[in-house]
Amino acid sequence: MMGLEPHIWSNVMTVLLVSGAIFVTRVVRGQRLWREAAQALWQRRRFALVVVAVYVLIGLADSVAWKGGVPEGAMGVLPNAPLSLLDRAFLDSREASYSAPFADVEFYGGAPLRNPGKHPFGTDILGRDVLYLALKGARVALLIGGLTSLIAIPLALLFGVGAGYFGGRFDDFVFFLISTLASMPSLLLLIALIMVMGRGTVSVCVALAVTGWVGFCRLSRAETLKLRELDYVQAARALGVSETRIIFRHILPNLAHLIVITFVLTFSGLVLSEAVLSWLGIGVDGSWGQMIDGARDELSREPIVWWNIGAAGTVLFVLILAVNAVGDAVRDVLDPRTLRGQQ
Amino acid sequence: MTALLEVRDLCTAFPSGQGALRVVDGVSFDLARGEVLALVGESGSGKSMTALSALRLVPKPGRVVGGEVRLDGENLMDLSVTEMRRIRGGRVGMIFQEPMTCLNPVVRVGAQVVEAIRLHEPVSKAEARERARSLFAEVGIPDPEARLDAHPHELSGGLKQRVMIAMALSTRPEILIADEPTTALDVTVQAQILSLLRDLQRERNAAILLITHDLGIVNELADRVAVMYAGRLVEVAERAALLEDPRHPYTQGLLRSIPALSAPGEALPEIPGVVPSPDQWPRGCRFSTRCPRRFEPCAETFPAETTPAPGRRVWCHEVETTEGEDAR
Repeated sequence: MMGLEPHIWSNVMTVLLVSGAIFVTRVVRGQRLWREAAQALWQRRRFALVVVAVYVLIGLADSVAWKGGVPEGAMGVLPNAPLSLLDRAFLDSREASYSAPFADVEFYGGAPLRNPGKHPFGTDILGRDVLYLALKGARVALLIGGLTSLIAIPLALLFGVGAGYFGGRFDDFVFFLISTLASMPSLLLLIALIMVMGRGTVSVCVALAVTGWVGFCRLSRAETLKLRELDYVQAARALGVSETRIIFRHILPNLAHLIVITFVLTFSGLVLSEAVLSWLGIGVDGSWGQMIDGARDELSREPIVWWNIGAAGTVLFVLILAVNAVGDAVRDVLDPRTLRGQQ
Repeated sequence: MTALLEVRDLCTAFPSGQGALRVVDGVSFDLARGEVLALVGESGSGKSMTALSALRLVPKPGRVVGGEVRLDGENLMDLSVTEMRRIRGGRVGMIFQEPMTCLNPVVRVGAQVVEAIRLHEPVSKAEARERARSLFAEVGIPDPEARLDAHPHELSGGLKQRVMIAMALSTRPEILIADEPTTALDVTVQAQILSLLRDLQRERNAAILLITHDLGIVNELADRVAVMYAGRLVEVAERAALLEDPRHPYTQGLLRSIPALSAPGEALPEIPGVVPSPDQWPRGCRFSTRCPRRFEPCAETFPAETTPAPGRRVWCHEVETTEGEDAR
């Protein structure tokens, strides 16, 4: 399995993601509660949802990659390297010069512009198109937010629901674990973990997940403690339902709204944490954090090179804002307490 | 009539600062096939806990500390967890007090009944759904086919209770434990649910252990009545005998405090005080702190069981003394 090349993995993941999304859509359509929530969400945050969808589409366009079809030597890529849909859209945009937006001014290198007017956001010091880099960062950001949540939330649920449901020794153990993790400065822990596991998207995600699952674990434990005592769980027991089945049938579905809310709200926080990690030099390659980090020195040049950091900052900001707006609406739509407030 | 369910000396305790508190203390009764036994008492008298103990469902940290519960001669206390699970919902069904909260809010009610059926019998989903539909019809749910796909919040309290009953009946249990089945319902709906329970008991010859504090319901449904007070049985008798001639002072107090039986305009006679909490139960007869006819031994020793008439058991010093004199 490991012998597969990265771009094939990426393609497989894309297929899985798209089919997962289709599956979730079908489930949501089938369940009235969820369908109504989705409709309410669409009514409240149409614009933010569209923005997020655009980011997701860009990320997907960057995930589908295949080899060949590129003239030798174009873009300075290796002759036989796989290129994504996004890469192919920017095939000959590489510049020999450091240029300003719209590529009408050249800087520092002094080389003549090869593609004047083709760089709406300019290029960076290595001559890479800034728009291209900014778009490429979307996949990394979504990957960090998504993959980390996919690791952190099941981890938190496993421990939180287990502790809340079974109590006793396991509860003590989980609480000890939570308190220990919470008492360590999370940035130090992050750095240590990444140093141990080595740099890379997956290890950064794992490190972020290990430091980030604690809060949701507490929440799910508390919620499970409450659900466990509810009458329908007692009734299920009186019907002879087994403990595992009670957890999967009665506890988890009733935690679903919490899971969705947490997913959306932590997502933006995780994307921001990656920017911090990049600033420390342990981020993920190709992320907006790295763009910002690389552009830091350029800010001190005269005339000032602002478009580089500006582009990265803007795409990051817009994604976070949109996700937070959606997250806020998701909470309003799904949280029974705020629901009661509206009626 | 041989007993289907025999409960012998059942004791359930909860740990506390002052040692284990026995919230169910030495309860014994029989339940015959097709019989309705009402377990009556005020809140906190341990009626629900008795039923939960019999199914080994006592919430932690409480546990059953003694006694036997025999179903067809087989002691449920000796069964493994898996075997016990097969009994619950299989041979013994249970209906709870709060139909509002006893159904999972995110699962369609039909799916919940189907699940209950498939839990105990290897039938296909379609078959189980068909059975659920006929059960819904049997418990009087209008338009059962459409109701199968409803979520609990789309149903009224009475309908939810009917769904609960359908679920409890889904595996044709021999015993139905109904824990205050009508308390949370409107009076008119109460009557419907009661007549439904009576019909079901007649048609299926199921035994019902009816837990209630409402003597009106007892009169309506029960064959025999067991009165509980503070974790102990105080009197067990046939319904008519108990309602017409209660022997225990507590039973008498309960019957006197039914509104319909006292003359209008007069203050309703009540039993003074409340059921003491388990850590304040007196050493002797549990009722001695509120009993209007207490005398010397009441506060000190617990009265022994007396059988003043066939089929009647009373735990009271006064009855003990008078019976003793009669015998002499």
